Amino acid sequence: MNLQIKGLKVKAGDSQILKGVDLKIGAGEVHVVMGPNGSGKSTLAQVIAGHPFYKISGGTISVDRKTINKLSADKRAKLGIFLGFQNPVEIPGVSVFNVLRKAGQAKGQAFSKGDSKLRPGLNLGNFRNQLLEYASSLKLSPDHISRSFNEGFSGGEKKRNEILQMLALSPKLVILDEIDSGLDVDGLKVVAQAIAKFHKKNPKSSIVLITHYARILKYLRADYVHVMIDGKIVKSGKQKLASDIEDKGYEKWQTQSL
Amino acid sequence: MADAIPVNDYKYGFSKPENYVFKAKRGLDRSVVEQISSMKSEPDWMRVLRIKALEIFGKKKMPAWGADLTSINFDNIFYYIKPTDNQKSDWRDLPKEIKDTYDAIGIPEAERNLLAGVTAQYESEAVYHSFQKKWEEMGVIFCDMDTALAKYPDIVKSYFGKSIPAADNKFAALNSAVWSGGSFIYVPKGVKVDIPLQAYFRINAANMGQFERTLIIVDEGAYVHYVEGCTAPVYSTDSLHAAVVEIFVKKGARCRYTTIQNWSNNVYNLVTKRAFVSEDGVMEWVDGNLGSKITMKYPSCYLVGRGARGEILSLALAGSGQHQDAGGKLMFLAPDTSGEIISKSVSVGTGRTSYRGLVKIIKNAERVKCNVRCDALIIDEESRSDTYPTMEVAEDNVQIGHEASVSRIGEEQLFYLMSRGLSEADATSLIVNGFIEPIVKELPLEYAVELNRLINMSMEGSVG
Repeated sequence: MNLQIKGLKVKAGDSQILKGVDLKIGAGEVHVVMGPNGSGKSTLAQVIAGHPFYKISGGTISVDRKTINKLSADKRAKLGIFLGFQNPVEIPGVSVFNVLRKAGQAKGQAFSKGDSKLRPGLNLGNFRNQLLEYASSLKLSPDHISRSFNEGFSGGEKKRNEILQMLALSPKLVILDEIDSGLDVDGLKVVAQAIAKFHKKNPKSSIVLITHYARILKYLRADYVHVMIDGKIVKSGKQKLASDIEDKGYEKWQTQSL
Repeated sequence: MADAIPVNDYKYGFSKPENYVFKAKRGLDRSVVEQISSMKSEPDWMRVLRIKALEIFGKKKMPAWGADLTSINFDNIFYYIKPTDNQKSDWRDLPKEIKDTYDAIGIPEAERNLLAGVTAQYESEAVYHSFQKKWEEMGVIFCDMDTALAKYPDIVKSYFGKSIPAADNKFAALNSAVWSGGSFIYVPKGVKVDIPLQAYFRINAANMGQFERTLIIVDEGAYVHYVEGCTAPVYSTDSLHAAVVEIFVKKGARCRYTTIQNWSNNVYNLVTKRAFVSEDGVMEWVDGNLGSKITMKYPSCYLVGRGARGEILSLALAGSGQHQDAGGKLMFLAPDTSGEIISKSVSVGTGRTSYRGLVKIIKNAERVKCNVRCDALIIDEESRSDTYPTMEVAEDNVQIGHEASVSRIGEEQLFYLMSRGLSEADATSLIVNGFIEPIVKELPLEYAVELNRLINMSMEGSVG
């Protein structure tokens, strides 16, 4: 999926968080957005996904040439946009399986309980098996999908649960907001490999990784790296830019922006 | 007569023509009470009990501490309607409009699949009754209360009004005066009835007053699960449902009583429910209040024997125009007793829920363990929830836990689920269903499914 962001200005209440963001992502590309805390990275992710808290005060967000500024979050999800949350919420009493079943239904997936040859739609049992397979590839226990959504999950489990949903929903534009935080070395590897595998299987899906650190790029190849400072993208480059930042930090651009 | 109002979101709001064998005059006086008693050919002690109860009803003040009951007009109610001349044991023998009603509600189907016995009450009388022979042969008695009074007058006399006397409250007095129908269950020592018995209560007429009286005795070491459901047509005028339920759980016995109250939104539902629990006995109330205009109901456990246990699971869903004033009472009257109240309430639109609970531990009821948890979820700006917990503890050597929470559905939760493609209404439903899940999982499956459907409908109506 193509994503094009032009001159995007966004307010949260009275404060201007994004001050004119331009970003173009082609179908199948992997982009990394880096930047210090408070630079507006997470806001950008949430605005693309349609969080009602943020108000767009200028510019456009479009996917495949369709402007989505005014679409609600569920409509954007139906277009194929997926946000992996930095801090996923808990939904007590609702299982992972049920959230994904509802999400599948929302996308128009019909489910049946009987023999799928006799009834239209995906057999629920097959759906469950598929989720179990994804869970196992993420080194999540088989009972994971029956657990109450994010309730009592460790930080790492919450992040893997985000990736599990990505795998189940096969989105066309994946935005992962600090998917690497809260993961240990093994967890990071499992998650990064799952993303790489997903991308191989869905070569037209675009991926945006929002992160502080370049370490996830040990396992994933990025086409472009962007640096975001104070609500603007101040520098774009190839993967090498990420390692430069890892070595030297953001100081260079921060002083520039002052 | 008021016309039934068609509504889209209440599946049971239809009404049927009244081809009844008898309908008492509107309003309540001694002659109505005498008439009920004489039509039932009751023993004289019951007639006297009714007349005394009517006097108490006249003297008792309306409860002023709970929901607003000022618009109940006792003169506008029909206190007794006999729909058929006798009770049937085959659905096909019922008048068509009554049979159609139960078909629409799905009772015959549930009976075939899930139940050991069924009583169906229509207006004031049980019109249908069935009970599996297997249980009858084991000495279990399951019948309507009028039949019980005729066939087992001694048992009825020794328990009737013993846990809830007429003077307990105004509506218990009213019920004692004009009661009709309800269930009677006796489970002999050691018999475990492992599939539920069900009673189904239907109001059909406008301005109807339904006053069923239920008495359950679970003898030593026995077990029974009784399930009741109720619905009514939607009318522009009010109806009244004032039941009394008395339960006696003997030594080491266990009783579970599940209610799914789904009255239409013009019914005042004012019910007194109480269980006396003997040594090592267990009483479990699973009380779901979804319908009615106003409900005031606080199932209670009087833990009178050492080691007795009481559990109250209360679920209330109040939509616009509804007030669910529900909760429970645990009375710890012996040492080593234990109990728990878990209440979950959801207010939608202008709906209002109140949790009202009483925990009482008397002196010398040592080592009591009690836990109370009440959680309220508020959906809309105008929705309201209140909590009125009371604790009276006269003994020091006890363990008591109390937790309460009131929450709104968070913007972050909604955004999260919507970012997965769920509409706002679906996301809200899912969150609400998760919130009440700890109680729903205790319900029989078909009720859990129905509850799910109801909640989804309420949310669609609520969320713009």
